[in-house]
Amino acid sequence: MTGRGLVLLALAGLLLAVAPLVGDRYVVSVLTTVLWFAYVGQAWNVMMGFSGLLSLGHTLYVGLGAYVSAALFVHYGVGPWAGMVPAMLVAVAVGTFIGFLGFRFGVKGVHFSLLTIAFAEVARIGFDHIQWLGGSGGFFLPVEAGVSDPLNLRGSPLLFYYVILALVVGALALSRVLLHSRLGYQWLAVREEPEAAEAVGVDLFRARMTAVAVSSALTALGGVFQAFYFNNLFPEQVFSMGRSIEIILPAIVGGIGTLIGPILGAFILTPLGEALTFVLEESGFDLPGLKQLFYGVALVVIVVFRPEGVWPWLARRLRLVRQPGEGA
Amino acid sequence: MTALLTVSGLSKRFRGLKAVSNVSFEVPEGRILALIGPNGAGKTTTFNLIAGVFPPDEGTVTLKGVRLTGLKPNRVCAAGIGRTFQIVKPFGELTVEENVVVGALARERSVAVARSQARAVLERLELLDQAARPARSLTLPDRKRLEVARALATRPTLLLLDEVLAGLRPTEVDRMVEVLRELNRREGMTILMIEHVMRAVMALSDQVVVLDHGEKIAEGTPAEVVADPRVVESYLGAEEG
Amino acid sequence: MPIDYYLNIAASGLLTGLVYGLAALGLSVIFGVVRVVNFAHGEMMVAGMYGAVLLAGFLGLDPLLSAPIVAVLLFGCGWVLQRGLVNKFVERPEHMQFILLLGIASILVNAMLMMFGPDARNVSVPYSFDTVEVGPLLLDAVRLRAGAAAIVVAAALFAFFRFSRTGKAIRACADNPLGARVVGLNIDGLYALTFGIGAAVVGIAGALMSLLVDARPQLAPEYTLLSFIIVIVGGLGSLPGALLGGMLIGVSEALAGFLLMPSLKSLFSYAVLIVVLLLRPQGLLGKRS
Repeated sequence: MTGRGLVLLALAGLLLAVAPLVGDRYVVSVLTTVLWFAYVGQAWNVMMGFSGLLSLGHTLYVGLGAYVSAALFVHYGVGPWAGMVPAMLVAVAVGTFIGFLGFRFGVKGVHFSLLTIAFAEVARIGFDHIQWLGGSGGFFLPVEAGVSDPLNLRGSPLLFYYVILALVVGALALSRVLLHSRLGYQWLAVREEPEAAEAVGVDLFRARMTAVAVSSALTALGGVFQAFYFNNLFPEQVFSMGRSIEIILPAIVGGIGTLIGPILGAFILTPLGEALTFVLEESGFDLPGLKQLFYGVALVVIVVFRPEGVWPWLARRLRLVRQPGEGA
Repeated sequence: MTALLTVSGLSKRFRGLKAVSNVSFEVPEGRILALIGPNGAGKTTTFNLIAGVFPPDEGTVTLKGVRLTGLKPNRVCAAGIGRTFQIVKPFGELTVEENVVVGALARERSVAVARSQARAVLERLELLDQAARPARSLTLPDRKRLEVARALATRPTLLLLDEVLAGLRPTEVDRMVEVLRELNRREGMTILMIEHVMRAVMALSDQVVVLDHGEKIAEGTPAEVVADPRVVESYLGAEEG
Repeated sequence: MPIDYYLNIAASGLLTGLVYGLAALGLSVIFGVVRVVNFAHGEMMVAGMYGAVLLAGFLGLDPLLSAPIVAVLLFGCGWVLQRGLVNKFVERPEHMQFILLLGIASILVNAMLMMFGPDARNVSVPYSFDTVEVGPLLLDAVRLRAGAAAIVVAAALFAFFRFSRTGKAIRACADNPLGARVVGLNIDGLYALTFGIGAAVVGIAGALMSLLVDARPQLAPEYTLLSFIIVIVGGLGSLPGALLGGMLIGVSEALAGFLLMPSLKSLFSYAVLIVVLLLRPQGLLGKRS
């Protein structure tokens, strides 16, 4: 990044840190949603953006993280800070299992993406029938008004806001470190030309498996947050294909494979959706589906006119980055 | 003269069709060996068998006495073979420097060290001024040199070059020939090359192996091979040199 | 339980499966030629269902008769879509194509949601509740007709690709686009035609499906996934494979829904998909690339 870019990034960070002090509850809740999408988008980006593995069933890992941590809390009284470890481990186990099957059997491209959808759908239908986790009727976390217990991630919206902000900053830092590491270079090489990468000594299987592991672990953490923030989980929502698409939209709009892209994308899409809802409600013209229709149009417009995403274009325009090869 | 690479009895069939059949040859240390033959003679298949893209049906490949047969390409690279692709495969969205850094990371854990190694290789191939450009924006001659640079950065003991001169203009051919000759003379790099440009084969190689229909039909110095009537018939007669 | 009972369930699953297979055939045609995965396939199918529902409502047309009208309409949509948008993406990376078609799918499904609402719409025909005795089997008249119509349309499609000049040109184009261009075929035109045919076929499948299932927008993503499953099970790019895959999934769904739980029936399809992806990624009748 150029000096200008770093200054802007620092400013944005500062603004987000003080935002709750100036904004009201509504602003905080919208920003929490924005940051959640930014975070999960970053997690997905590790697989697609860095390593070229298109997962279209990524909500599987959100759901696993959410259900594992919620089950530990509800059934065994284990708090989320401890529960996030098994939550991540379960997601990594499932992710690497799918990866193992896919890569060992040479399932590529479209087929790999369909494999990820298939497993997410299996989870959706499967969780509908696990009565221990509420089945299709939903799984609920106990909510007590006025409790402030950060150790169990119970408390005010402000607590959740700062937790998700920390997650976004952490994921950004981790992504940057990874991208500039040996592993990161190997991921990019695998994304660009797997055959050439292999010829310069990259173990394709290992590179892809580590990408899946990192991505699924990070995504599961987003699931833990979701479970404790919303306090309810329904397989039909958590594991739905629509949810998977919603998760990947910010990264696509912002710029796949870039560090800032998923964050920027979330800051574009969520407020846009909110604004749209507001306008529709005010005008009394609130048809179900109109918002999603608009999302669809946005998607088509972006992919036709800015296929590489908004961030690379913006960064070039405003001279925020130095090198053409790196997004940030 | 000790053999660096030994290929013996290599055979490969695709859907029953013999692509390579019972091919044997040796590449002596410090020499340049050219593999020539008409299109479809099995040259690239032989290359891919050596580089581990697919395993041979029969035969063995050894590098300095170490058996490579059946290893995956990344293990072959680790064993000391660097290769280029006939249809160049740059990491398009990465910069030229990053492309070569990936190569250097084959033997280097530190990215900083790999970067300085990459810059040294780029300088030798006269690509340093392009280092910050995305690889996809390079011209064909530069892409070919980038292929060589990336392979070299893996610090191979044997370099496999698959038609790195094809599609270049005569002046560019001369430039690349010079680079390869330097590499061979100054650093003793052993090279196995597939080549169609006969002028370069004559100028560069110490030894030539001729393949036709998947079989080795001749072997010798460039002068000997060109004089061989079978070669003239199958290869030089059929195609312009 | 008598064996006839199972046979009956399997037979009606088979008939439904023929309609599934026809839908998947459309997907397979588009993928086989244009090399683009139509992520809006289920949406087009549901559009076909609504087409039949509307034509039945306003004109009192039997879906079997309105199917050709639906086909023409969807052919137009597919043709325009390919010409206007998808063609620009043919050479682009796979994930870009995905995203484009996901966007189109989202537009289609939500437009239908806005127009028709979330409630189920059905078509009633005089023979809605009739049954037909075939040997030991007792089959629904609607299912029998839908299945038979699916076979007729599939046969017409096979004949088109096998015997007509245009069909042969499209096949040449699928085998070797560059070669086809060299011999002077209008690739872009053939791609648009193919996309149109694929859309028309899935539209007919939708019209036939409206006899069996009530139309709801929410069905769209389900049918997209179902078509994918069938095409992969049968073999990407293999037309008979798509039909065979459809029958297989139809029967297994029907039996699983009966023997296990109705809500678990698609789980079974996904299990079949995963097994096929792993053990025979080219599908039952597909060729290994």
